[in-house]
Amino acid sequence: MIKYILKRLVMAIVTIFVVATLTFFLMNTVPGGPFTAEKSISEQARKNLEAKYGLDKPIMQRYVTYITDALHGDFGISLKQRGRTVSSIIATKFPVSAKIGGISVLVALILGIPLGCIAALNRGKILDNIIIVLATFGIAVPGFVVCTMLLYFLGVKLQVLPTTFGDGSWTHFIMPVLSIAFYPTAYIARLMRSSMLDVLGQDYMRTAKAKGVSQFVSLFKHALRNAVLPVVTYVGPMLAYTITGSFIVEKVFTIPGLGREFISSVLNRDYTMIMGTTIFLASLMVFINVLVDIVYTIIDPRIKLK
Amino acid sequence: MKTNPLSMQLKLDPEDFLPATNDEKESLVIMRDSVSFWKDGLRRLLKNKIAMISLFFIVVIMIFSFIVPGFYPYRYEQQIKGSENLSPMTYSEEELAKKEAGEDVFPHFLGTDKLGRDYAIRVMMGSRISLIVGLVAAAIILVIGSLFGSVAAFFGGWVDLIMMRLVDIIYTIPDILLIVLLSTVLEDPLKSLATQPGFGWVQKLGAKLISIFIVFALLYWVGMARMVRSQILTLKESEYVTAAKALGAKNGRIIKKHLLTNCIGTLIVTTTLQIPSSIFTESFLSFLGIGVAVPMPSLGSLAGTAINGFQTYPYLLFIPAVLISLIILSFNLFGDGLRDAFDPKLKN
Repeated sequence: MIKYILKRLVMAIVTIFVVATLTFFLMNTVPGGPFTAEKSISEQARKNLEAKYGLDKPIMQRYVTYITDALHGDFGISLKQRGRTVSSIIATKFPVSAKIGGISVLVALILGIPLGCIAALNRGKILDNIIIVLATFGIAVPGFVVCTMLLYFLGVKLQVLPTTFGDGSWTHFIMPVLSIAFYPTAYIARLMRSSMLDVLGQDYMRTAKAKGVSQFVSLFKHALRNAVLPVVTYVGPMLAYTITGSFIVEKVFTIPGLGREFISSVLNRDYTMIMGTTIFLASLMVFINVLVDIVYTIIDPRIKLK
Repeated sequence: MKTNPLSMQLKLDPEDFLPATNDEKESLVIMRDSVSFWKDGLRRLLKNKIAMISLFFIVVIMIFSFIVPGFYPYRYEQQIKGSENLSPMTYSEEELAKKEAGEDVFPHFLGTDKLGRDYAIRVMMGSRISLIVGLVAAAIILVIGSLFGSVAAFFGGWVDLIMMRLVDIIYTIPDILLIVLLSTVLEDPLKSLATQPGFGWVQKLGAKLISIFIVFALLYWVGMARMVRSQILTLKESEYVTAAKALGAKNGRIIKKHLLTNCIGTLIVTTTLQIPSSIFTESFLSFLGIGVAVPMPSLGSLAGTAINGFQTYPYLLFIPAVLISLIILSFNLFGDGLRDAFDPKLKN
């Protein structure tokens, strides 16, 4: 077990290192830099700025400096938002994204698991068909379509919900959370239905029924616990999705989150910001996946560690 | 004739040498053609109503996006002065005047956008781009993924180990992050490449579209590679592979002729299901404004542009949004149908 965890952690660190290196060289090989877009500044001023941020040095030297600094927890200062460190920007923006993403994951689980169970228990009946159709449509609709439809009908036509994020009171959360949770809910419902059907046909379910376990207990203790396992594996990628899916939601609802910050830093060539957010988001996603895999092997002892 | 039952003499019965009667012949006649893998799958696919409706819808969309624009009276980048922001099926004053004068004016079925471009042709071109992205990306993924997976599985040992470690690393790389980054980064080098002689096609396709393809080629083949590898690991133990080896077939030939052709069902299904997911990603990028370049439309960028004025012109947003959902839905359903028909594991 410990060997497995160590192996996964080493893999995770290698992945993050690969991503960081790839990102660094990719963004630096592009002609143009963070200060070329500003036409108002003179050649000399631009050179001074580049010297100040160390952009005039050869690329390998900058790479080594950056990685050493990053390993010491110093991600530098933003090139565009003068005077603010990358860490402080991430620290202010990330909680907003994390809050919306986290609530969305909860909503998707709370809606998706019961929907899938209901469909499986009513197999072939009308309720099952309705849920299957909804889930199939749910998987096909891109996030931005959900976003804009909600915005149009709830925000503009009916005017029941605010169209921008504003001060972030709970009403402002409803539409973003619904837009992000839409796809995972549909996916979980489908996943849950098929795995529930699988479990219901198992021998131990018949044994439970034969020995007189009440339907309630057999459903929750025997069926649900086993059927929910595939959903647990999906939680990892889903968390990654809710963080990245928020790019769109943050743009549409003008939410001051990390996703929007990342997009604008890429478009602005804010080198340090790109590196900081990439490393941060990549580590987050990779470690969540490792964690989910470890949790999975603990809750399902049938899985053998490779 | 009396015969000794214990005799060791050859017992021949003259009846055995009579010609067969018609009754006996009939039992040997093959009543039905043997059902090949393809016929069997196709039969099941044709029976699947949902898959057939999806296929029909895909074909209709293809006709509208590849053939109709060829003879459509408007072009996607053509700006008609005076016809800005028309609602569907309406005419501008100038066009009405022309109609009065007896000229034929082709109607704007879906209206025009704020630059006076006919929206119907833009939507058609947009779905063309989305379909091209889906199909080309799926083709790239098919080639790279199947080759990588089959080579890793066939040679096994340390080759397999190293190749699959690489797959594991790419698999855990957060894709959206790299796609956003790469599509911005690759734009400039591709633009300068387009000015070189012999690379005019880069200009024609658009640098961003190509960078999207490169991103797909770099990142998205890993799922396919894993799938193919697991199939070939079992297939390579089959007798016909041993036979081919014994006959002196080269490794390349065995992979191409024997192994890949035998997992063609999986290949087809995985490729088809890859199309909607590529379309999904492209529309996401274009919606954010980092997809295809203007004035080229894609369904995602049409929706992205329309969001600025959607309170007044909601249909400009709804048309591409609904269309992209329908395209993805029909590819999903058709892919599911293919899987049900061609996956031997799901035969019952």
